[in-house]
Amino acid sequence: MTSVAWTRRRLAFGRFWENFRRERAGLTGLAILLAAVLAALVAPLFIDESVTSVVSGTGAKFAPPSLDEPFGTDESGRSILLMVWWGSRTSLLIGFLAALVSIVIGTVVGIAAGHLRGWAGAVLMRITDWFLVLPSLITAMVLAAILGGSTFTIIMAIGVTTWPATARLIRAQTLSVEARPYIERSRALGGGHWHITTRHVLPNVAPLLLASTTLEVASAIVTESTLAFLGVSSNKTSWGTMLRASYDYGAATSGAWWYILVPGLCILAVVMAFTLCGRALEAVLNPQLRRAGA
Amino acid sequence: MTTPLESAEPAVAQAAGSSGSAEDRPAGRSTLRYAASKAGGAVLSIVMVIVGTFFVFRLLPGDPVRNLAQGRRMTPEQLDLERRRLGLDKPLLDQFFDFVGQTLRLDLGTSYEYKRPVLDLIGERIGATLLLTGTGLVIAVSLGIWQGTRAGWRHGSRFDRVSTGVSLLLWSVPTFWLGLLLMMTFGVGIGPIPGVLPFRGIESVDAPDGFGYLLDVASHMVLPCLTLVAVVYAQYLLVMRSSLLEEVSQDYVNVARAKGLRDDEVRRRHAVPNALLPTVTLVFLRIGFIVGGAVTVEYIFTWPGLGQLFYEAIKVPDFTLMQGTFMLITVSVIVMNTLADVVYHVLDPRVRTA
Repeated sequence: MTSVAWTRRRLAFGRFWENFRRERAGLTGLAILLAAVLAALVAPLFIDESVTSVVSGTGAKFAPPSLDEPFGTDESGRSILLMVWWGSRTSLLIGFLAALVSIVIGTVVGIAAGHLRGWAGAVLMRITDWFLVLPSLITAMVLAAILGGSTFTIIMAIGVTTWPATARLIRAQTLSVEARPYIERSRALGGGHWHITTRHVLPNVAPLLLASTTLEVASAIVTESTLAFLGVSSNKTSWGTMLRASYDYGAATSGAWWYILVPGLCILAVVMAFTLCGRALEAVLNPQLRRAGA
Repeated sequence: MTTPLESAEPAVAQAAGSSGSAEDRPAGRSTLRYAASKAGGAVLSIVMVIVGTFFVFRLLPGDPVRNLAQGRRMTPEQLDLERRRLGLDKPLLDQFFDFVGQTLRLDLGTSYEYKRPVLDLIGERIGATLLLTGTGLVIAVSLGIWQGTRAGWRHGSRFDRVSTGVSLLLWSVPTFWLGLLLMMTFGVGIGPIPGVLPFRGIESVDAPDGFGYLLDVASHMVLPCLTLVAVVYAQYLLVMRSSLLEEVSQDYVNVARAKGLRDDEVRRRHAVPNALLPTVTLVFLRIGFIVGGAVTVEYIFTWPGLGQLFYEAIKVPDFTLMQGTFMLITVSVIVMNTLADVVYHVLDPRVRTA
């Protein structure tokens, strides 16, 4: 990397930050996100897996929020606060990794489909369209049920069913990038497929990828919690499995509103934060949206 | 789940791109050709679903017969018999052709759990699902389009900011959680306030006949429907809003205003019809999302529909039933999408003669 390129990138980032700072909603989202990720990362310094153990519950069954237990307790007398804190690790981890899988597949397929002419590109698009119409939640449920619900399977099931939207977006962007003269110049100078896609196309689609990754994490977290709620996921404590337990043990009918409210609000806050961030990124980075003033 | 803004663009771009013949053909023939090519694509997709289902369900870890037996003790002879009955002793290729043949004859096999043909089970449940999702869809689409239009037309107004905020909130809410909250608030009741709405099943045990029965079912439908609508309508609102925003800055809107039309007329007769098309198409393109929502909602409110059948199949697990419901749901989604594509082509002259 030459220093010229780095200077240019630093300037571009500076411009980006200037624009992003003006999106107040995006900034709020970013702040919530950083706080949530930080809390999940430092959790092992204060608590460990034992907070989710059934035998370690010290409180009363379904105790309402009090000074001792700010968020009440669950059916085994475990502290909801600590469970939610520990569960955030699973929820966030699956969210990030599933989004990563989805984005990587989507980017590779999208760039390939846009770059390759002829039958290869057409076949890739056909496959993408096929995955696009599959009802993703249903497919993910089937995959998780068949392959058994380990954390790895859940990540793969979500990743494999959600990549097509990214692939389409990236393909459209790839096509518009490849129509530019400097790609032709690069080709004339002897640049091969690999050189053109990694050195010219990828950096140009990267900003869009950032926005769509952010939104993808949000939807992966929702999907994970839904899968967990429907009982096709690992037994690791996550916000979804907590809500499943709340439903199984009749928290709604016994009036234990805190058991339902707290994990759900956590999901809502994090997903909302990702969505706000993603939309702000989109607004800043997508020139089409900027022009439309939407 | 993607944002409407993101998914609107490629879908529309594709619709515009795939009709790209420069010659001026009569509209009818080009539509037929387009429909034929779309139908061909759909058939290919359906074949891919059948093939994919076959192989994914053969990926099951372990012995399918033992899986079916769910740990019940069986003698080797019984296992052999069961294997022969299911055709699992044949080569994989033969199994594959048997499976394809049966599926094309709509023979989806026999459920292990219910000991009855899967197709019969589906037939019993499909009505409840169509009732719930149909009602939910109509309400969500009308509400979303109406509110999206108002929000987009008065872009930046208080109404716009509130609606966009609310729909972003609903967008982020997991369907099942919203369902739980509604069930707790209106079904069970909080503290001294009693719940008023039923939240289990589709009818009461002592449901009266005639008109009373309809009322009973309707009251059971309120909470599941509300949940489905709340989550789904947000996306229609956002899509309608952004597609109207695109129209507002177009020249023809200015012309309409310059002619002296009232604001209301410009909106109703010029902007909205144009903005409506991509929105309505997206409604159908995203139908898989609604199906996913229906599974969750039916599970929470024990609504006796297809989604619950699918959930039970996963829970047992009853692989024949799971396979049958999965194929049915997927194929119907593909058919709906194809219809949407063709209808869009017929309705939008810009795409047709581009």
